[in-house]
This record gives sequence, structure tokens and C-alpha cells, in this order.
Amino acid sequence: MKQITYAEAIREAMCEEMRRDASVFLMGEDVGVFGGVWGVSAGMLQEFGEQRVRDTAISEIAIVGMGLGAALCGMRPIVEIMFADFLMCAGDQIVNQVAKARYMSGGKADVPLVIRVTTGAPGSAAAQHSQSAESWFMNIPGLKIAVPATPADAKGLLKTALRGKDPVLFFEHKMLYAVRGEVPQDEDFTVPFGKANLHRHGDDLTIIAIGAMLPKALQAAERLAQEGIQAEVIDPRTLVPLDSPTLIESAAKTGRVMIVHEAHRRAGPGAEIAAVIAEQALEYLDAPILRVAARNVPLPYSPTLEQVVLPSSEDILAAAYQLLKGVKSHAAV
Amino acid sequence: MSDLHADLSSYPLPFLLEMFRRMTLIREFELRAIEERHQGLIPGFIHSCVGQEATAVGACLALQEGDVITSTHRGHGHLIAKGGDPRYMMAELAARQPGYCLGRGGSLHLSDFNLGILGANGIVGGGLPIAAGAALAFAMRNEKRVALAFFGDGAANEGAFHEAANQAGVWKLPVIFFCENNLYGEGTAIHRSTAVRDIAERAKAYGFAGVIVDGNDVLAVYEAVRAAAERARNGAGPTLIEAKTYRLRGHYEGDPQVYRPAEEIEEWKKRDPIPRFRALLLHEGRVTEETLEEIQGEVMAQLNEAVAFAKQAALPKAEDALYGVYADTHQQLVF
Repeated sequence: MKQITYAEAIREAMCEEMRRDASVFLMGEDVGVFGGVWGVSAGMLQEFGEQRVRDTAISEIAIVGMGLGAALCGMRPIVEIMFADFLMCAGDQIVNQVAKARYMSGGKADVPLVIRVTTGAPGSAAAQHSQSAESWFMNIPGLKIAVPATPADAKGLLKTALRGKDPVLFFEHKMLYAVRGEVPQDEDFTVPFGKANLHRHGDDLTIIAIGAMLPKALQAAERLAQEGIQAEVIDPRTLVPLDSPTLIESAAKTGRVMIVHEAHRRAGPGAEIAAVIAEQALEYLDAPILRVAARNVPLPYSPTLEQVVLPSSEDILAAAYQLLKGVKSHAAV
Repeated sequence: MSDLHADLSSYPLPFLLEMFRRMTLIREFELRAIEERHQGLIPGFIHSCVGQEATAVGACLALQEGDVITSTHRGHGHLIAKGGDPRYMMAELAARQPGYCLGRGGSLHLSDFNLGILGANGIVGGGLPIAAGAALAFAMRNEKRVALAFFGDGAANEGAFHEAANQAGVWKLPVIFFCENNLYGEGTAIHRSTAVRDIAERAKAYGFAGVIVDGNDVLAVYEAVRAAAERARNGAGPTLIEAKTYRLRGHYEGDPQVYRPAEEIEEWKKRDPIPRFRALLLHEGRVTEETLEEIQGEVMAQLNEAVAFAKQAALPKAEDALYGVYADTHQQLVF
């Protein structure tokens, strides 16, 4: 299978869908001539022309709102918001217009709109360019939320989003753009929403890892395996819809669960996932559910400070040992 | 006598009568809805456009089939003017199953996509970028269609207006930004909220024409929108039309209206667009009193039917509240 980067996988998904469907187009700040500030849409202007790869003003309300208007009139826009931090500039359009158009019209409105946005801390980008905004929008019925962690999932989930009828917030982690992985080249390769990916089987504990935390979780699981501890690692892939059955099944099997994400800990995605597991699998749990997440302070600029705030592989290991405290069979505990 | 002066000979009589009919239908629809709200049929807000019927009708009759509008929180007039069915509107206001939005939207979210009504809106300025996006879709597909965004003077101070106007100006989109300036943003007079006297001036900042029109003169509104739509269809880009008008009732039903003097309302009643147009029609001798009375009677019968329809319509089933958030969830949501 072909090895490509996460960024290339996203570009492939966009280009393939634009070739097969004339209603798909891309617009956003610097997506055309610049090729996207992260290079994700590089070369697309040359292939598709300025009608379908549109540089916009720095106007997030217009970008999202016009995406919605075009979607309501038969197009399938991909709009790019450069940083998740800027989603709030378009807050009304996302929350009050895009998310609710279908429901409040009595189901008449299809809203095939994909909002691509970069998420997470790229390092020393400080408080307004580093946030993981996923859970801000989990509280808004009507949006679907994808958080791909691998190149294959990035491509497959984006293609699913572009063939759907509902608005999708598509969170691309900046630190994953250069990550390489195998990606199917079948034009109809898609990844369904609401289907978690079980990356590693294990009976001792469950690590539910979101976005860029997946590689860190797999790293930690590797270390744990050397100590004879088998961690199950699951990537939900989409937060809305959430594959609760898979998460609950794993929780019931291992009895020990942690949720790892880069979003802030308070009311982050982990809070919802923990609640779902507590509601439906509490009787199977042998330890309290733990969250490994960013500390509840804005992201600082200094690398020294930033690393205190962001979750690391070591934090995941520490949480694993805490979950396994008192389990005598594990030498490491 | 009407203070309006227009050469009616250039308009076909049925067209003029349709203008009168739609304005009358809007006025009577709202008065009836207000009454039914007091009677308990309608549970939600009503923001009436009594006094502003000429903007809705003049603008929508200047559009063609296939053109779309976005509306506002004061949107009943826009819907009716664009061809909305009073039965489904009344049923929606009455929160019934056959309403335009299955009882999920109410007055603030009325829409009919088949008629090109992309929705009223509960958020001031919310529809402006949506209309620009509709226009973008038309332009990209080389369709000769136009989008018109109704908005109020209050929305002219929202970022959504400025962002949509700028981007539409850059791309020369076939969109008409139609401002109904009724002099008050909710309870705040325009001179206390807005740094320019005329909203139309702001068009200059975005590279297209701004036009001021008497919003209580239905034919003047019609001509302004017709010209703007023609420009848009010919690729000449957006137009900002500012229609000076006045709402004769409160911001919402129950508004104590402490922010404006009663004399001001009385003064504007003299420029009520419906009696004005009626007098013009009669003065020009194109129409008889009887014809207009007949139309008035037909409108009242239509509204009786709409209210009866709403009253006998089923309520939504309680479990339906959980359906239809997404396209693929016809069953109860588990996520």
C-alpha cells in the first residue's frame, strides 16, 4: 500500500472528490495561491482553477456562512478555517446556522458542508493558535465531529464527510500533517463515522486516545507491554457520532479506562466519554476512570511552560500505573 | 388622495392587483396571528412587520422563479411575498405537525426551500452570508439566479453584514443586500447606534452601489430591486438597497415601546404603505373600490381557512422531537 503523509491524504481526498463531483469546491484563507498555510491544498489551484479553489478575505463569518448558503443551494463546499482558535469568529454561523439548519427547518435542509480546521499545539504557538476546540462543539446537536489520527483515517473520514448530507467539523492535528502511513488508493475508500478503530488489543486496561494522542498512547502501550501489561488502545475517530458500544465493550473487558486528549481536561471530550462509560459500564470497572489531558490553563508560549500543560507519553504511563494500583500480577505496579 | 406619484400605465393590471393582494395578505395574516396568539393558539414570539409590507412585496415581486431570499426575525412578510402558503405558516406558528418546519421552528425559522425561501432567522444578520453563499453557488454554476438578503438597520452593525458584503463585492456575486431601515434596532433609535445617517453609504466601502428608496412605496421598491436584480444577473455584482420604512407595532407583541413617542407612530401611519397604494390605484382610475374590496374579502377567507387548518392540524408526536437532527438518523439519536 502507498505510504503518504496525513496532509497528502487530506489533499488526495479533496482532489479525488473534486474530480468526481463538480459541486465540491474549496474556499478559505490562503488555500489557493499560498496552497494553505500548512501546505495541505498545495497544487490544487493549478489543477482546479480559481473558481473551485477560492482564496477568501480574512472573514470567518463569511467563509462559514457562505459555505452554508452554497450547501443549501446544491454545492458541497469544503471551507477551511486556518486555526481552531478562529472558529469562534464564525461562532454564530457554526452554532446557530449550520448546526441547526436541518432540524429547525423540519428536516428540509441538507447541509453537505465540511469545515476543515487545524487543531492542537504545534509548539510555542501560544494561547490563540494551539487550542483543541473539539469539545466546544460536541455540545451542539447537528454537527458531526471528526478527529482523524492517521493518514488513512484522514482520507477515509474526509471522503465520507464529502459524500454525506450533514455538516462536519473536521479537526486536523497540526503535529500529524507530516506523519506517514499506509493509505488505500481505491477511489471509493471511505471510513464510516461512528466507528472506532481498535489499534491494539489488550486485557489489562483501555486507553481511549484522540487525535495526536494516538501515537503517544501507542508508544506508552509499547512500554507497558515490555512490563507485561497489555493495554487496549482505541481511537474513536469521530466524537459525534461516538462509537459508544466499542468503548463500553472494551471498558467492560478491562475494567480500567483512561481517556487521553490534548484538549483541556475540564469538560473536554474525555468528560463525555467518561460519563458514557460510567452510565453504561460502571459495574465492570475496577478503578475510577482517568483523564489525561491538557491542564486547565491557556497554552503558554515557552516550551518549558508548554510541556507542563500538554499531556505526554509519561503522563499516560503514570495514569496506567495508577489504574493498575493494587493489581499484584503486574510486576511493574 | 395618495401622496404617491407613479405612472401606472406601464404595469399590467393583474400585477398591480397582486401587489395589493400580497400586502393585504401580509397585514391581515399578522393581525390575525396576533389575535390567535392572544387566544392561545400560538405559543411563541411574534415580531410583526405591520407597516413594512411594501418592502417585502416590492422586493419579492421583482425577483424571478429560482431566485432565493434569506429573511429575518421579522419575516412573515418576506415569506408571503415570496409565495409562502399562509396555511403552513399559521400551522407552524401554532406549533403543529403540518407546519412549514413540523413545529420545530416557529416564526423565527420559517422556510420553504422549494420557493427559494432559505429561512427566517433568529440571529440579527445571520442570513446575510448565507445569501451571499447562495449567490456564490449560482455564479459558480453560471446560473442566472439572484439571492436577496433582507436585513434590518440593526444588522448593518453586525460583522456578518460587513464580511458578507466585502466578499460578495470582491467576487461580484449576484446578491442584493436589502436593508429595511425601520429606524429602530429593537429599542434603540438608529442615530444612537449607527455612525452614518444612511446605511446605503456603506456600499461604497465594499465596491458596489448603494441605493436609497422609499420603503413605503411598493412600486419604488419594486423598481429598485428589479434594476439591482438585472445588474446581478448580468454579472455586475451586488447592490445595497436601503428602504426607509417604519414598523407600526412594537419590536415584538407586548413591547411597551418606551423608546419612541406615540406622535411619531401616528405620523408614520399617514405613510402606511397599504392605504397609500390603494389610494394610488383608485386615483389613477385603473381599479374600482369594489375590486379592492373583493380582494380584501378573498384574503380574509384565505386567512380563515389558514386558521382553521392550523386549529385542526395534528400536534407533533412527542417522540418526533428526537428525530431529524442528521440526515441519517430517522431513529432516535444515541449520540
